[in-house]
Amino acid sequence: MKKRTYTDCSIASSDITPEQVFLNRRALIKASAGTMAGALSAPSIAAAEVRAQSTLSFSPDADRSLVDEQTPYDAVTTYNNFYEFGTDKSDPARHAHNMTTDPWTVKVGGLVNQPGSLHLEDLLSGFDLEERIYRFRCVEAWSMVVPWVGFPLAQLLKRLEPKAEGKFVEFKTLYRRGEMRGTRSFTSIIDWPYREGLRIDEALHPLTLLAVGLYGKTLPKQNGAPLRLVVPWKYGFKSIKSIVEINVTAKQPKTSWQMLQPSEYGFYANVNPEVDHPRWSQRFERKLPSSIFKPNRVPTLPFNGYAEQVAGLYQGMDLRKFY
Amino acid sequence: MLTKVTVPPWCATIAVITLYLLPLAQLAFQLASGDLGPDPAKRLMQGTGEWGLRGLAIVLLAAPLAQRGWRSLFRYRRVLGLSLFFYISLHLLLFAQVYVGWSGALLVEELKERPYVLVGFSAWLALLPLALTSTNRARRLLGPLWRQLHRLIYPATVLAWLHLFWLARSDLGEALVYGVVFAALLLWRLRRAQLRPR
Repeated sequence: MKKRTYTDCSIASSDITPEQVFLNRRALIKASAGTMAGALSAPSIAAAEVRAQSTLSFSPDADRSLVDEQTPYDAVTTYNNFYEFGTDKSDPARHAHNMTTDPWTVKVGGLVNQPGSLHLEDLLSGFDLEERIYRFRCVEAWSMVVPWVGFPLAQLLKRLEPKAEGKFVEFKTLYRRGEMRGTRSFTSIIDWPYREGLRIDEALHPLTLLAVGLYGKTLPKQNGAPLRLVVPWKYGFKSIKSIVEINVTAKQPKTSWQMLQPSEYGFYANVNPEVDHPRWSQRFERKLPSSIFKPNRVPTLPFNGYAEQVAGLYQGMDLRKFY
Repeated sequence: MLTKVTVPPWCATIAVITLYLLPLAQLAFQLASGDLGPDPAKRLMQGTGEWGLRGLAIVLLAAPLAQRGWRSLFRYRRVLGLSLFFYISLHLLLFAQVYVGWSGALLVEELKERPYVLVGFSAWLALLPLALTSTNRARRLLGPLWRQLHRLIYPATVLAWLHLFWLARSDLGEALVYGVVFAALLLWRLRRAQLRPR
């Protein structure tokens, strides 16, 4: 499957999908630049892009979905943090096509009775897919509303049969230097592969999703294809992308951002307007798309608006200390 | 043989300003045509900040080049300095508009709690008197003080670089490149000051 992604006009048109619809779109934008380009381009980009992904069958989970305006597909798929492909927001959409996602296997193990290797096909056919419309809040103080397609992580974990001593779940992202230019940067100080973790009760929470798609189609590579975590009440960096390994552990696993800068990034990383990050005030967020005249700054909610469902997990904990 | 160029000086000045402000024009055009993506503020902050830093490097490059006999850049230090101040002021205005929403309380909090905001703001503050005293009249009035005052560009450069360095999260590449360039330009001056008879 050849898939390239729209990012911006600095890419030569020869470098982009040869689809006729795509070229037409570019002509359309050029012709209307400065007038209605913003309004016109978004739906047509989405149309061209969606064609490159395959359709998933799923049922909407209205109970666990937001009733809120969804962030346009175009924004969700061109504004990403996926440092394996570079630190700029547009880098993943530009370079993630280099990542091979087929075939894909996920190694599952650690303190479980059913360790092994799972093929993506087994994961896709083994679980009923649901659509969940979630808030997504980045630690950098921007946010989106994304219709994910996936299944609860709890369903997978239960099949693995975690042992009683298993208290945490550890995740690792694919690390393939040849396909991930960001990991080849010799000024990067991240210790690859990217890793994340959850406490087992967080991992078993019904809101915690293993996503395989968004907007009804399989995940674009820049969004963490083919399989990623989505934990809607935590900052986005916890929602690890392109997972190749899941382990149940007894000790709290090391997580990438915490290893890099423990004073800035905690293990829990629950969205909390009361606990500031040294770089960004967490009291407000820019709900994307944002513009300079209408920044769309809205107050951030405790647990990203999911307090009712998840606050109980942290009863008695000092959330200033366990940030 | 070089022929004497007979372009009026104001024409050349306008050409220099235009050239240096071209990236801003490009950003403005991209903003108008919706090409800056879902978070245009971020791209504008990056663009104005980077061109402010590059402006500092260009202005600091003028003296070493002049010493080697290439005085063209030296002549345009004032307009370049003012233009880079314009970039940095836009950078600050954007911050006020998009990130703190013109809330004084929030700005104070940002300054107190986030060192990179504080050093960035200090760099702008250090450049402010230089922009205000850039007229010939101010230069005459201030006499020898003017030269001393305008040495504020050195701490401003260091602060601006610190601002960039503190913003780097996981990749230090950009901060390193600017660091090497600024260090070279500032060390050249240090060496010149030591060599100069007192």
